[in-house]
Amino acid sequence: MKNMLTKVVLAVAAIGLMFGPGLQSVQAKTIKVGAILAVTGGASFLGGPEARTLEMLAAEVNAKGGINGDKIELVIKDSGANPEKAISFAKQLIEEDKVFAIIGPSTSGETMKIKKIAEDGKTILLSCAAAEVIVNPVAKYVFKTPQKDSFAVKKIYGEMKKLGLTKIAVVAGNTGFGKAGKGQLLKLAPEFGIQVVTAETYDKKSTDLSALVAKLMANKEIQAVVNWSIVPAQAIIAKNMRQAGWNVPLFQSHGFGNIKYVEAAGAAAEGIIFPAGRLLVAESLPDSDPQKALLLKYKNDYESKYKETVSTFGGHAYDAFKILCHALKAVGPDREKVRDAIENTKDFPGTGGIFNFSPEDHNGLDINAFVMLTVKDGKFTPYEGK
Amino acid sequence: MTFDLFFQYLFAGVTYGIIYAIVAIGFNIIYNTTGIINFAQGEFVMLGGMIAVSLLEWMPLPLAIAGAVLITMVIGAFIEMVFIRWLDNPSILRMVIITIGISILIREAALHVWGESIRSLPYFYGNEITSIQVGSVRFSPQVLWVIGVCGIVVVSLSLFFKVTALGREMRACSANRTAAILCGINTRNMVTFSFMLSAGIGALAGCVMSPITYTQYDIGTGLAIKGFTVAILGGLGNSMAAVAAGLILGVIEAFSISVVPLAFKDAISIGILLMILFVRPYGIFGSNEAASLKEF
Repeated sequence: MKNMLTKVVLAVAAIGLMFGPGLQSVQAKTIKVGAILAVTGGASFLGGPEARTLEMLAAEVNAKGGINGDKIELVIKDSGANPEKAISFAKQLIEEDKVFAIIGPSTSGETMKIKKIAEDGKTILLSCAAAEVIVNPVAKYVFKTPQKDSFAVKKIYGEMKKLGLTKIAVVAGNTGFGKAGKGQLLKLAPEFGIQVVTAETYDKKSTDLSALVAKLMANKEIQAVVNWSIVPAQAIIAKNMRQAGWNVPLFQSHGFGNIKYVEAAGAAAEGIIFPAGRLLVAESLPDSDPQKALLLKYKNDYESKYKETVSTFGGHAYDAFKILCHALKAVGPDREKVRDAIENTKDFPGTGGIFNFSPEDHNGLDINAFVMLTVKDGKFTPYEGK
Repeated sequence: MTFDLFFQYLFAGVTYGIIYAIVAIGFNIIYNTTGIINFAQGEFVMLGGMIAVSLLEWMPLPLAIAGAVLITMVIGAFIEMVFIRWLDNPSILRMVIITIGISILIREAALHVWGESIRSLPYFYGNEITSIQVGSVRFSPQVLWVIGVCGIVVVSLSLFFKVTALGREMRACSANRTAAILCGINTRNMVTFSFMLSAGIGALAGCVMSPITYTQYDIGTGLAIKGFTVAILGGLGNSMAAVAAGLILGVIEAFSISVVPLAFKDAISIGILLMILFVRPYGIFGSNEAASLKEF
């Protein structure tokens, strides 16, 4: 009888041990959010600020007690802008870490490689890359926060029309972003009555483009140059053009939105015209602007924490994280419900613009998300025409 | 092609070529004493630029460059002592793999120290848009600095290896290590010294080219590949030949852009390398007999 009692006690204890920790974990749940970012490598200008932004935001949310009491656990993977690494990290995050959602990758090339993996794994992917092909055609679980490159192209061409520039040269880096941008530039040119006289692609690791500049310069028809890349070559082409004494207007993509490129190009950056989100000129926005308050808060928080100037790229990660949190807060940690909630997010101000998602539009931004900026005295300022 | 355009391409080509050549010279120095290729050579170039940019906060530009060269030389010596010196009669393959490992190690360390952003020294003369005009050809004054520094390095190296006792001892190590030891030459010290010398030259190159090409923690690999191509093209071990080969490659690359799209530039230089390896594996300026006496 005594023996029996011991057994019962032991059994109860065992059951308690089995269920005890389980019950506890239900109460203090953590939501795992994966991130695949190019923290190092050629696109580190994107991934570095993105990773730092996510760390800052996750710490902020957790310090406030999490989302509805659930803490956020970030799992950041450094892909080095390498699509093969992005693929293996995506599989690892979905299959092993079983993350709730993935933020990133930083570059368009990587995103396109893992689009299907996220879709098959039914895992929400909030890309921080710009190319339009990411959300066109729409994939159920794939969203992106940076403005579409077609809008950037339209914005640039619109400005060219105003300036009366009709014959241009297009140069692009050999990255996913560069290729997609070049495609859009060539496709949309006829709509605006613009003729692309020549289009060239350079290596993403280029260190000097003076021979390319010599080639372009020899063609006297060219009235303006558009450069489309995210690599340091953005600064190099500006230097080589000015050194060669070639003073046609230089337009860059929204990939130029990092003040470090301006510092790198120095005096040669003056007068470069490019489209970007409002983050870079937050101070000069009118107080009525719905984005102004959050832009200034993000800018001040980031700059005081990391002692470096804020860039639009960190902003893309900011938007991705905030949109995810917004949806999580509304419907709780259920993947399908959160996906639906993101798809139905309306009038949500972010750093990139005002997001209005729909089942057809997984980007949610329109052309007004862009403003044209220029560089004056080493600083970004709104471009006001000639 | 017009006359002006010809010279514009020529200058672009000379700029590329000299940068390749100065990296190739670093390969040659270590090859001359040890018979191996140091694949961390590109990282010495990166370190030179990075350290100089950091030192610039406390001191004027010439001192910062001198400091960067000295510090990189110390790092070069340290690397040799830690990773290579104590090896007893290592095989060439083993040494090559060690240097590849070192290059990855330095790159990762630089990432942690300096982060991923690009940096550059200010232009030595003028700024980003200053250009010198000769006729209607324009180029950056920094190009002249690179050419000048490279010229001085090549001439003083040739003199050093021909005239000084130390230089001759270093060459003796390469020709026949056992014989050199029998003659009373401390071959281990010579190897350390060759690492210091090539680290210093790499660092100097990294400083003068930094305003043109920028410095980032991972520029080493790309530079090493081009430098290696040029070293092979000229014939391993010969610094003068490296300069000539560098100029040839740079000019071919620049002029190739005028005919074919820019995207083919690297394909052309690698194509040339392959052709040379098939036809004249000892380099354009090398000799078959001399090459057949070497282990590698």
